Amino acid sequence: MLHLVLFSVFGAICVAGAVNLLVQRHPINSALSLIAVMASLAVEYLLLGAEFVAAVQVIIYAGAIMVLFVFVIMLLNAGEEERVGGSRVAIVFGIPGMLVGSVLTAWVLLRYSGTSGVELGAMPGPPKTIGWLLFHDFLLPFEVTSILILIAIMGAVVLASREEIPAPGERGEV
Amino acid sequence: MVPLPYYLVLSGILFACGVTGFLIKRNIITIFMSIELMLNGVNLSFVAFAAHWHALSGQVFVFFVMVVAAAEAAVGLAIIIAVYRTRETLNVDQVNLLKL
Repeated sequence: MLHLVLFSVFGAICVAGAVNLLVQRHPINSALSLIAVMASLAVEYLLLGAEFVAAVQVIIYAGAIMVLFVFVIMLLNAGEEERVGGSRVAIVFGIPGMLVGSVLTAWVLLRYSGTSGVELGAMPGPPKTIGWLLFHDFLLPFEVTSILILIAIMGAVVLASREEIPAPGERGEV
Repeated sequence: MVPLPYYLVLSGILFACGVTGFLIKRNIITIFMSIELMLNGVNLSFVAFAAHWHALSGQVFVFFVMVVAAAEAAVGLAIIIAVYRTRETLNVDQVNLLKL
C-alpha cells in the first residue's frame, strides 16, 4: 500500500514535470522541471530496488548532465522562444491518434500482465553485484564505453573551441 | 507492491512527452532536453523489467544508456555552441542551411 502511494506521488511529480517542460517557454524553466523529473525518477528506481541506478541517476543525470545544460543556457543567454502555429493536420489527426494509441497501449499493458514488484526495502541490485556484472559479463561494452567517452570529450573540445583564424575574411577561401 | 504495467505506463508517458517536446519545441536546447526525457523514460522501463525478471543486466544497461546520454550531451551542447557562434540564434527554424 505504501509502495503504491509512493509510486503514485512521485509518478505524478514525474508527469507534472514532463508536462511543465513542454509548457514552459524559457529554457531554464524547462531545465529545472527536467531536474524535478529526474529526481523523482530516482525515487521510482529506489522503489524498484535499484539503489545503484538511483544514486547514479542523481549524480550523473541530475548532477552532471543538467549542470551542463544549465551552464550552456546561461552561456548562450537563451531567451524565451517564440511560438509558431503548428500545422492543422497535426492538431486534427495527431492529438486524437495519440489519445487512441495511448489508451490502447495502457489498456493492453494493464490487462495482460501479472502483478509483480519488490518489497519495500528489498534491494535486489546491490552495487557489488552490479560491479561484478559490469566487469565480468559486460567487460567489452564497458571498455567500448570508455572509448566512446574519450571520443566524446575530444569531439566536444574540438567543436566548442574557437577556431584560431586571424583574419575573418580568410575563412571563405578554404 | 506496484504492478509492472504501472511502471511501463509511466515510462510510456514520459517517452511520449519527450517525443511531443521534440516535435513542438523551437528552442534547440529544449529539444535536446526532450531527448534526455525520452532516454529517462526508457531507463525506467529497463529498471522495471530488471525488477520484474530479477535480472540485473537491465540495470547495467541503464548504466550504459546514461553513459551514452552523457557523451551525447557533451557533443550536442558543443554543437549548439558552435551553431550559436555561426548563426547567432537558437531557433531551429532559422538553422536551415541544408534546406532547398
